[in-house]
Parts: sequence; C-alpha cells; structure tokens
Amino acid sequence: MTATTASDLSSVTSSDAALRAFLHGLPGVDQVGAEQRAAMLGTRSIKTTAKAWAIDLAIRMVDLTTLEGADTPGKVRALCAKARRPDPADPTCPSVAAICVYPAMVPVATEALAGSGVHTASVATAFPSGQAPLEIKLADTRAAVAAGADEIDMVINRGAFLSGRYLEVYEEIAAVKQACGPAHLKVILETGELSTYDNVRRASWIGMLAGGDFIKTSTGKVPVAATLPVTLVMIEAVRDFRDLTGRQVGVKPAGGIRTTKDAIKYLVLVNETAGDDWLDPDWFRFGASTLLNDLLMQRTKLTTGVYAGPDYFTLD
Amino acid sequence: MSDARVAVRKTYKLFIGGKFPRSESGRSYIAQDANVALASRKDVRDAVVAARAAVKGWSGATAYNRGQILYRVAEMLEGRRDQFIGLGLPAAEVDEAIDRWVWYAGWSDKISQVYGGANPVAGPYFNLSSPEPTGVVGLVTPPSFLGLVSVIAPAIVTGNTVVALTAHDAPLAAVTLAEVLATSDLPGGVVNILTGDPAETAPWLAAHMDVNAIDLAGVTDQTLATSLEEAAAGNLKRVIRPAASTPNWSDDPGLTRMTAFLETKTVWHPKGI
Repeated sequence: MTATTASDLSSVTSSDAALRAFLHGLPGVDQVGAEQRAAMLGTRSIKTTAKAWAIDLAIRMVDLTTLEGADTPGKVRALCAKARRPDPADPTCPSVAAICVYPAMVPVATEALAGSGVHTASVATAFPSGQAPLEIKLADTRAAVAAGADEIDMVINRGAFLSGRYLEVYEEIAAVKQACGPAHLKVILETGELSTYDNVRRASWIGMLAGGDFIKTSTGKVPVAATLPVTLVMIEAVRDFRDLTGRQVGVKPAGGIRTTKDAIKYLVLVNETAGDDWLDPDWFRFGASTLLNDLLMQRTKLTTGVYAGPDYFTLD
Repeated sequence: MSDARVAVRKTYKLFIGGKFPRSESGRSYIAQDANVALASRKDVRDAVVAARAAVKGWSGATAYNRGQILYRVAEMLEGRRDQFIGLGLPAAEVDEAIDRWVWYAGWSDKISQVYGGANPVAGPYFNLSSPEPTGVVGLVTPPSFLGLVSVIAPAIVTGNTVVALTAHDAPLAAVTLAEVLATSDLPGGVVNILTGDPAETAPWLAAHMDVNAIDLAGVTDQTLATSLEEAAAGNLKRVIRPAASTPNWSDDPGLTRMTAFLETKTVWHPKGI
C-alpha cells in the first residue's frame, strides 16, 4: 500500500492481472491482532449522557429491514410507520435512517415514507445469492430505482471473487453503480462467505474502487453475519481509501446486531478507527430489525428510570 | 507441618439462568460467616431476562411434566437434608420444607380442575375457563427456609418463572436450594436467586416493566412495602402484600399464593360443529 498513490489507482483496474497484483499487494490482516483490538474496544464503558447520545445516534443509523418471503404491503407499511416514529410515546425520539425491503415492496415503502426524510433502500441483483446473469441483476436494479428506491443494496459475485476473477466482480459493481443512477449504492460483501480477513479487505477495496457509496458486511441470510473484527477491517479500508483518494465511503454492518450493547461497541470501533467523520447516518448504518426495539427499551430506561419490557414495543 | 487438611471453602454465588455467576458488580458481603455475592440492579436485569426467556418452555410444559420435575426437586432436597441442617436449620423445619415442596408439586396437575371449569351459559356454546400462569414473578423472600420454599414453589408450580431476592442476613439456605434446583431437571431461568440487600434491589424489580407480579412476603419495613407497591403499579403488577405481623410459615398455606399468580382464560366454543 505504501507505494500506491491516487494516480496509480486509476491503472489498477485496467486488467485482471493489475487488479490482482494490487489486491494481493494490500497488507495482510493480522487476524489475532484484529480480533484482540475489536475485543478490547468492545470493553469500553459508555454511560449516562454519552450512552443517551449513542442510543439516539444508533437509532438514526438503523436501516430497518424486512427481507422475508412473507413480507406483505401491510407489514411494510407498519414498518414504515415505525421508521418515522420509532417510539410513538416520545416525540423526541429520532426517525431511523432507512427502510430496507425487497424491490417488489419499494412502491409501498416509498409511498408510506413520503415526506419523512427516511430513505427507501432496496436489495437488488438477485439478493441474497447474486447467482443470476448480469442482465437480470441490472434489470433488478433499474426496476428498484424506477420504483422509487434511493438506496440500492447489491450483493457482489462471490463465485467470481472466490475463484479469483476480481475484474469481473469489479466490472459488475461498476455496471450496477451505473444502473443506479442517482441512487446510493451499498455493496454487500457477504463476509461470512469470504473465509478470511484478507479477502474482506480485498473485497472492500474492489467495492470502493468500483464506485460503491457504502460497503456492507452481510445479507443476514448466512449463518455468519456482521462481527466486530470484520467491521474493523472494513472501517480501516474506508479510512485508507479516503486518505488515498479523498472520497469517503460508508460502512454498514448488518445481521446479528441485536442489542444496544452491541451497537455501542460498533460506534466505539468507528470512532477509534476512522474517526468521528463516520459517526453520522450518512456514513455508518446498522442493518437490523430486532436491534431497534432494544435501542428503544434502553432509551426508555434512561428517560423513565425503570427497566422497560418488550410488551410495550411493537412486534415486527 | 501439620496434617490438618485445609478446608475448601465455598463462595456463595447468585443463580441466574441455571448458572452460578458472581455479581456483575463484583461485590460481596459476609453473611452467616460466609462470603456471599451482593447482587446489583444489573443482576436483577439479567435475572429478569433469564426468567422471561424461560417462560415459554416452562409454561408450555405439561402440568404432569412440571409436577414430575418439582417432585424431583423434593427428592434432591431430601438427599441434601443434612447439608441444610448443617447450615443451622432445625431438622424439623427442613423436613417441613421438603414436605411443603411435595405438597405443591402435587398441585401441578390439579389446580386447573379446582380453579378452572366448564361454565354454564345460556347459548349453544361450551364455555371453559382455565387458569394460566401470569409470566415472570418477582419474590422478596422471607428469611426462614420454610418461608422461602413456601413462596417459590407456589409461584413456579403453575408455570410462572421467578426472580427471588433473598433476605439480607439469611442467604445460605437459598443458595443451597439453588444448587438443588440446578441438579433437578428444572430448566435454567425458571428460578433465579439473587443474594444481597433487597432494600437495594427490590425497587428495581418492583418497577421493572417486564415483571408481571411481585410477592413482597419478606419485606418487613412497611414504608418500603408501600413504595414497592407504588412502583409495581407502573405496569399494574399483581402484588401480594407482606403480612402485618411475622407469619407462621408452618400454618396451612392455602391456595392463595398459587392462585394470585394465575390469569383465567375463558373460551367460548360453539357446540355441534
């Protein structure tokens, strides 16, 4: 990395060989070190006013997600109402960042969220496996944007990535980015299927080089989803990328983040690794569904002074 | 060098979710000449989470199965009889407590006959009422071992799960009971036992929105009892108030402690379909 400059970057995607040479030239991730650092940062104690601030920030960062075969327009509308006013009993509670749904549900979500400032994110490109021809992935993306999605969560071609066809992965992301038009593109690496931290770092760079506005850990559809060390590697990647190119890319851990405690650990990780430029819903998101209720319960505990119970928050 | 063996002394810990953790606060205190964990409000919180998680399995188990497990607890109690006596409890009280436990175990599959029923209605319907557990019950337990058994057993026999706060000066029998429960097939989280100072932890338990009922049997300070009752009103918990004078736990316990934590579900079922 030391030898790379911004001008070199334009040539690394000129051929498969050049891209491979660049990606394999990235410094390797010290696995034990990354895990220890993530674990160490996870022990930070965040209390009282700092905790209240972190909880409100985390709520504003939530991409409230429903990606089920059983999704209905009614369920999506209910979720949108929750996105606007997560805690109807407390007007000071902020809205979430976005609703994340399948393309078929985008029109419903866009209508329900109109005027609220909450974004509509749609997964696309044959989510979650990404195993479809490129034409279909692009059509999927265009359809979602046309239906009103202003954020697209795409999955990378892990089949190509794992067999070393990096340029194919890159070109696919670039093509999807073009198909997105004005919509923000989040690139899902599906880190649970990438096996190593080195692979996570390489995939992060491909996603950023190809024009992704966000890199996202997981679909939430495989057993291993977001973890602290994986997110650490990705945050380091976006930090290094901005140092090199000046362009800032966001990070979105998704899947498996269920408690306020977990969410705060991620915020500490962001602040200590990339700095507080990223402590903003425009640059850091949580892909989650059950997390929101726990955030609301903790928020209620702080405002009322008594422990809250799940009976008093909506079931999604 | 002396031949005297160095005794292995026990640290008396909390019982949460079937495990024996120390207090998350790291605190302990000395009671009955032993080191005992001093529970904090966060231990209360963790215990309520464990109790809530256990509700589905325990209330969903058949009454027959719950009865078997409680009887198993009595068997284990019998096996540890000498250990309880070794804590300084009168043998008669230990025997009475074991018998009391067996008595409650027997109620498991009988309470619905006594307390539920088929109701006569003026229409072509079967109308059936059946008692159901209320959920998570908080207990402030009395110092006597018989009293402890007499508040825990009736709450769990019907399918509730409990968080019990033990008396400040008499925690050892409760922790020993926890060791019995941990080896009796009782699912983790059905009974959670927190040693320490109820005056510190009970307000958190009483105000907790995810606790459905509270038994204040062990509260002797009437002012505290009143404030706990007020805190419990926040989510309309059912409350059993402490007796005005120290109760004699050897008296016939009656059914009140079981029925207080039951909700009656009534269903109308059309006939002839």
